[in-house]
Amino acid sequence: MPWLDDILWTYQTLIHSLGINGLLALSMYVVLAAGQLSLGQAAFMGLGAYTGALLSLHTGLPFALVLAASALAPAVVAAVIGIPTLRLTGVYLAIATIGLGEVLRVVYVNAGITGGALGLNGIPGRTETWMIFLALGLALAGAFAVGQSRIGRAMEAMRSDGIAAAVMGIDRAAGQLAALLVSAMLAGLAGCFSAHSASFIGPNDYAFETAVTILSFAILGGTGSPLGPVVGALVLTALPEVLRPLQDFRLVFNGLIIVLVVLFLPRGVVPWRMPRLGRLPRGMAP
Amino acid sequence: MFAQQLANGLVLGCTYALFALGFTLMFGVLKVLNLTYGFYCTAGALVALAVAGIPGATLWLALPAGALAAGGLAVVVDTLLLMPLRRVRAPELSALMVTVGAVLLLTSLLSMGLGTEIRRFPPGMLGTGTGGAVVLGPVRLAWSQVLIIATTGLLVGALLALLHGSRLGLAIRAVAGNEDAARLMGVSVARTMALVSFLSGVMGGAAGVLLGLNFNAIQPYMGESMMLHGFAVVIVGGLGNIRGALLAGVLLGVTEVMVAGYVDSALKDGVAFALMMLVLWLRPAGLGGRVVAPRV
Amino acid sequence: MTALLHVTGLSKRFRGLTAVAHVTFSVRAGHIHGLIGPNGAGKTTVFNLISGVLPPDDGEIAVDGRSVTRLPVHARAGLGLARTFQNIRLFDGMTVLENVATGAHARLTATLMQCLFRTPAWRAEERRLREQSLELLEVVGLRDRADLPAGDLSYGEQRRLEIARGLASAPRLLLLDEPAAGMNPHETEALARLLGRVRDRGVTLLLVEHDMGFVMKLCDWITVLNFGRCIAEGPPAEIRRDPVVIEAYLGAKGAARLACGESSL
Repeated sequence: MPWLDDILWTYQTLIHSLGINGLLALSMYVVLAAGQLSLGQAAFMGLGAYTGALLSLHTGLPFALVLAASALAPAVVAAVIGIPTLRLTGVYLAIATIGLGEVLRVVYVNAGITGGALGLNGIPGRTETWMIFLALGLALAGAFAVGQSRIGRAMEAMRSDGIAAAVMGIDRAAGQLAALLVSAMLAGLAGCFSAHSASFIGPNDYAFETAVTILSFAILGGTGSPLGPVVGALVLTALPEVLRPLQDFRLVFNGLIIVLVVLFLPRGVVPWRMPRLGRLPRGMAP
Repeated sequence: MFAQQLANGLVLGCTYALFALGFTLMFGVLKVLNLTYGFYCTAGALVALAVAGIPGATLWLALPAGALAAGGLAVVVDTLLLMPLRRVRAPELSALMVTVGAVLLLTSLLSMGLGTEIRRFPPGMLGTGTGGAVVLGPVRLAWSQVLIIATTGLLVGALLALLHGSRLGLAIRAVAGNEDAARLMGVSVARTMALVSFLSGVMGGAAGVLLGLNFNAIQPYMGESMMLHGFAVVIVGGLGNIRGALLAGVLLGVTEVMVAGYVDSALKDGVAFALMMLVLWLRPAGLGGRVVAPRV
Repeated sequence: MTALLHVTGLSKRFRGLTAVAHVTFSVRAGHIHGLIGPNGAGKTTVFNLISGVLPPDDGEIAVDGRSVTRLPVHARAGLGLARTFQNIRLFDGMTVLENVATGAHARLTATLMQCLFRTPAWRAEERRLREQSLELLEVVGLRDRADLPAGDLSYGEQRRLEIARGLASAPRLLLLDEPAAGMNPHETEALARLLGRVRDRGVTLLLVEHDMGFVMKLCDWITVLNFGRCIAEGPPAEIRRDPVVIEAYLGAKGAARLACGESSL
């Protein structure tokens, strides 16, 4: 189908960012669903991007291994930040992850291997469209499967009431740390895809603004199910393409979205809530 | 050389402490991590800059104007964004997320309106000329640095006096301790919270003016970068702990100057984060020793 | 010795204020044990210490001979400890049925991989869980409310849901913090019958309650706290007549009046 190839080629950048932003939104969802706020999603993405780009530029590793390394690197950093903060409550993780983004920017600018303020150029275009959407599909399916099990119920319990959850035998700190690690992996994966799609990355691509933009995906969509954040990402990625004037006001618009949705539409545009206990097969229902 | 470095670190630390003071006060009483706080700092500096542009105006007019304007802004932001969430007892993270969105909105609007170029106070604002300095043995302090130390001391003293020596302070401490109990004791919680917002904004605004003076550079993102220092200070000092913030601010300022002077100036920007992570791993309650534990 | 719960020398201070001081008592397996005392006597604090929500300053807590004093809250559920809360703490966004299923968390065994790939073992466990949860809702009379959001239930229904959620982990000891609070006499009576049935299922109950009629009728054994200290212990008939207890509740004047037969506990 040549017309499909044409579309894919013309809009490749947009199609790639739709999938990558979907992955990023899902990475945000995993943390929010466990009752924590991370503002380090952009930083984790950046770690994945730099790790992947450096491996591709300097080694002959197959892309699958590059992807795996790009998912692991941010997870290690997430553990260093998450272990001390998640023993505490609420705001500590948010604070530490904002700091992470800034300190990594300083590292990228100053370290020789990361190309300084100019970033890295000529990253091979190893990302294929199908890879992004396969990863997104698998992550979405995984989020649904786990979300509807005892683990998903435990996550919602710790988000809803940490003390009651603990009394039910749920280890909040461990659960939230696990969520943060998975989230860092997804963001790292997204970063690696984006680096091998754009061929250029720079130290300022993963700043606070990007973290807030990722948060706006999840909040616009709503966190009742993993579907919400992905829808939010699709809308906020496609909208500026349709409404050109929006591009100049993109950051203002993303900030405004967060404020308005939290205040007036706390369940987001996809208010559907995923059931946490599987339905009985037909015929067995009482 | 060392004494001079120490003095410079102390001056820098004072601005950090002053900045973090309002932030930690706001958290301690309102129980909200308000990320728009950094914007009050920018706003204070910009208003002071505008006032300084009026012929005949001195710093003695510009500083209070900037601080008060920032205080007013803080009350507006709190009323519009956080009050509605408080009313429906929304989860802690909702309030944090609203301020995340708001700070991106406000900062982006400002940088679109004003551009990102660096602005400076007109020379001679201190009335003594910018060249003036105090020399104490081996240490030479510019007038602006003396002013920073003095203003920080004055504002911190005033805040502590207010908190511990007045009925208003008693009400603030009661709300910080237990909002519902304070209400039962006849404290107007809403009014106390508005007052705390105002005071925090004033602190943030004043810190912005002094920072603009110290570095002689004012731009829309100055508050955002200050926030990172603010976070480090409140965590190292203990969230919601005023004396801890003071101590941690000075500690951070001195450490940064020392690292830049004796190790590598490129590492300076990582000091705040490194100190914060160190404290989180080793002494999560902070040097001041107060941790925010879950309430039963 | 058939003590299921053994509390020895338990103490807790808040900012210099002593909430619980050297409290010692035992709960026998199969009993409904009442913990009573005037407001501020430290009953809820004792519950928070036993369930691990607060760390004690001093003292020992043992379940079935095993010390749990230093175990984190979540580890105690696995040892057969469950509780309800005085200020109801349900998971509001979840349905009634999901709340009960979440209560069973500690005894479920599905691993992450089993959940991810929906293995037959996982399916079987979830199916059993659903049946058991529905059955518990039947026991507390909320079967027809199963799919409603927990936040939509009435106050009395929420209290019963907390009990069902507490029972879901199949505990040996269930701590009930004021289960009858805010219930009308009719509901209280139904609750007493329910708790009797729960005991008959082999669950030992320790309950804090202000409704004296309820406590006296239901409990096998009663421990009385006042100002954080144990002041009396015994079967309801003894506690009812104990002058120390009467004085603690009514003050010396009230005790004198009670002696003249004007009022009764």
